[in-house]
Amino acid sequence: MSDDGPDRDTTPAQSRYDQARYVENGEYESLLSEKDLTRITIGSGDDGDSDDGETTDSPLPDDLTRDSLELPELSEPELARHYTRLSQMIYGIDSGPYPLGSCTMKYNPKFTEDVAALPSAAVHPDRTEASVQGTLELLYRLQDYLGRIGGMDAVTLQPPAGAAGEFVGIRVAAAYHEHNGEGHRNEVIIPESAHGTNFASAALGGYDVVSLPSDDEGRVDLEALEAALSENTAALMLTNPNTLGLFERDITEIAEMVHDVGGLLYYDGANLNALLGRARPGDMGFDVMHYNVHKTFATPHGGGGPGAGPVGVVDELAPFLPAPRVRERDADPKAGEPVYERFEPEHTIGKVHGFDGNWLVLVKTFAYIARLGDEGLADASASAVLNANYLAEGIDYEIPYGPFHHEFVASAGEQDAADVAKRMLDYGVHPPTTKWPEIVPEALMTEPTEIESKDTLDRLAAAFNAVADEDDDTLEAAPERTTARRIDQTSAARNPRLSWQALEDDS
Amino acid sequence: MHGSHTTGSPYAPHTAEDRTAMLEAVDAETVEDLFDIPGDIRFDGQFGIDARTERETRRLVRSVLGRNDDRTELLGRGHYGYYIPSLVDHLADRSEFLTSYTQYQPEISQGFLQALFEYQSLLVELTGLEIANCSIYDAATALGEAATLADRVRDTSGHRVLVPELLREERRSTLANYVAGTDLVVEEYPIDDGNVDLAGLEETLDEDVVMVYAETPTVRGTIEERLSEIGDRAADADAFFVLGSDPIALSLLERPADVGADVVVGDASVLGLPTSYGMGLGLFATSEDYLRQVPGRLVGVSEDATDRRAFTLTLQTREQHIRRERATSNICTNQAWVALRTAIHAAVLGPSGMVELAKRAVTRAEDLAERLDDIVGVQAPIHDRRHFREFVASVDQPASAVAEDLEQLGFAVHVVGDHEIQICVAGVPDEELDRFVAALEEVAR
Repeated sequence: MSDDGPDRDTTPAQSRYDQARYVENGEYESLLSEKDLTRITIGSGDDGDSDDGETTDSPLPDDLTRDSLELPELSEPELARHYTRLSQMIYGIDSGPYPLGSCTMKYNPKFTEDVAALPSAAVHPDRTEASVQGTLELLYRLQDYLGRIGGMDAVTLQPPAGAAGEFVGIRVAAAYHEHNGEGHRNEVIIPESAHGTNFASAALGGYDVVSLPSDDEGRVDLEALEAALSENTAALMLTNPNTLGLFERDITEIAEMVHDVGGLLYYDGANLNALLGRARPGDMGFDVMHYNVHKTFATPHGGGGPGAGPVGVVDELAPFLPAPRVRERDADPKAGEPVYERFEPEHTIGKVHGFDGNWLVLVKTFAYIARLGDEGLADASASAVLNANYLAEGIDYEIPYGPFHHEFVASAGEQDAADVAKRMLDYGVHPPTTKWPEIVPEALMTEPTEIESKDTLDRLAAAFNAVADEDDDTLEAAPERTTARRIDQTSAARNPRLSWQALEDDS
Repeated sequence: MHGSHTTGSPYAPHTAEDRTAMLEAVDAETVEDLFDIPGDIRFDGQFGIDARTERETRRLVRSVLGRNDDRTELLGRGHYGYYIPSLVDHLADRSEFLTSYTQYQPEISQGFLQALFEYQSLLVELTGLEIANCSIYDAATALGEAATLADRVRDTSGHRVLVPELLREERRSTLANYVAGTDLVVEEYPIDDGNVDLAGLEETLDEDVVMVYAETPTVRGTIEERLSEIGDRAADADAFFVLGSDPIALSLLERPADVGADVVVGDASVLGLPTSYGMGLGLFATSEDYLRQVPGRLVGVSEDATDRRAFTLTLQTREQHIRRERATSNICTNQAWVALRTAIHAAVLGPSGMVELAKRAVTRAEDLAERLDDIVGVQAPIHDRRHFREFVASVDQPASAVAEDLEQLGFAVHVVGDHEIQICVAGVPDEELDRFVAALEEVAR
């Protein structure tokens, strides 16, 4: 393939990308339950006259136990093949480009898996402080790293995901207002284009959501903001750059407006990958923020998680953070090494996780930041922004708003964005996020991240452009060469079958 | 790729030539021109974080974590370190599992969707309830979600959530945060000798109660003996019965559906995850009556354009990316990869292995308690109940001193009272238990 990308008449079959897959005889991988279901009958054996399976004696009286357990029983080699085949029917960032806007799907260095798997990382959360100084030191150093990167004074690592971080931010804001005798504040303002989790987290925190329209340029409409702000405002939640990839240039003024009415400014860290080393939420006037460490600092998304959503705050809010946090105390005079301890912030909101969050993700985050350092982090942003701009330049779809940073939102115009996405699968690439934000009709929200090479971006652009030239019939028939063809979402929702047991009921 | 790297990130592939060509294409002189950030808030400082080679970074993490002492952990109380078969790591670490995103394009995610569907099916079999979601963060957050579900589906204006007085403070605190934005209040009902005090529960039950939460095994390792009666009492008061448990316990103990549970929560990472400093996997199963109110993601079966079976995320109109502030929950990123690990671990064990592991949790705990009870200065277990996996022992010496002495000998146990320690056998090999008995004998006197 030339640097110019494939010719316009390139058919999917000629694409260089091919999803790894293994489908036996054209059939899908069977369910474990279809392979070998075994029923174990539990109890004294008196009523063990079931015609299938085995009976096992229980050390408990019958009235404390279940009657039986029925699950697949397979050999280890069979299982190895089952899950290997399943893995071959999945597209990951290691399979090919994944320009899923707002999700920051970037390459995850393999060594971070190894350090997270160190035996010394596997400790029980109830261990004494003295015996897990290593774990506490890592947490302390990561709190410190994140504080510096975000321009925040204090950080909690407890929230196990970005949305959990948002919820912590909301709860901290509520506790702060309550503490200051301002518990009447009952509104959180959120731009229409914000991530859906913002709305849900604010609602979970008991707040009424005030939706904020964008201006003609896709940014916060200052007049609308002025109208929305009041003595009832608890906080404004904002991401910057916003979901269109646009930097909210008026951020200083926005911060002043929010602070003038006594509200707090919350930073949604989903787009922080665009700013590393260029700007910090703390310097922009944000009071509280969450970091999506699984996006910005790379941890494999694992098919939907785990992530981690540490929260940073300014000094004034630090006393309200979840407990425990970790601090350094005077060095042990004998060992000469710093000693770390957990502590409870003075007005803590308590806990938002049964223990201290998604530790293994935090280990990977620490390793990633330590690997890249100042220069690497700043370069990640620079390359991410350059890549987004370069890819945008190469595609034929219209991009209504700019200048953008790490992501852009193109419009599929007359085409259906969801169909465009399905067709892109045929070209062996993961499509962008579609139909969101709704400001852009038939949105294709695209974020290549820093990891894609110029060659890959050229090929991605070629895939976009090939699809742009195709007719509706072709698009509606797509995808043609994926493991499964177009899947009927409506029937899945209308007739929910959510377990193999439900499939049995069906027949 | 040609030429040398000019950049700082080892994972950004551009050469100087690429960069020049790309800048030219976008009509910019430098990358900095692409940043649309007003000068007064532009960050021109340094974080002060030194870059390292991969090898140096590994050494750094190894040396920091190397400060952790190596201990035989006889610790439980909701988090367990069972042995994980090698197959789990090797399969779950396959790069396609690790590096994929949420299955928003099901046509290229069939493998993960099927794995999650099988995880849901595992929980359906274990709980007897019809629906399980494909994960929440951990047991505590699952409990919080159960309370907000109860609040949504119960028609009456009740606002009390009842939890046992013996409950991990962390779970109670997390629940309190989850309901802080509602009009729900969390209250306690009494515990008698480790288990639910049924008369005491009855006394506090009224029509104002929306939810009753109970656990089996309890935080003290006792098996709850009167689950059906608790379920009946909750049903009589028209309250949700939420049961906390875990997949190993559920392999042997009464089926939640048979005791009237409306929701089962708990930590499923008892299978598939090492101790991981408390990282978990919240299990959430419920009745199909609440299908459209369930938090989190659901994988369902459908057909593709050629009428072949296919899997997809479904009922997404409950979720926050569609429903925003009217969503059933704010959970988005979940613990999918941990659910995969749990599903693989369960599959490796099979039904006989699961039941066997559960039986051993009973017999090994009972055997160890008996052996400890023979030690001068130790009485075990203190509750006259059946135990699962762990139990509380009383010690004549101050518990903190006993625990400290045990630490010196390489063992970690919980201190749960002035003269009470808690001991868990999960994942601890028999030889280690023998050594522990000898160690306690040495320090308990």
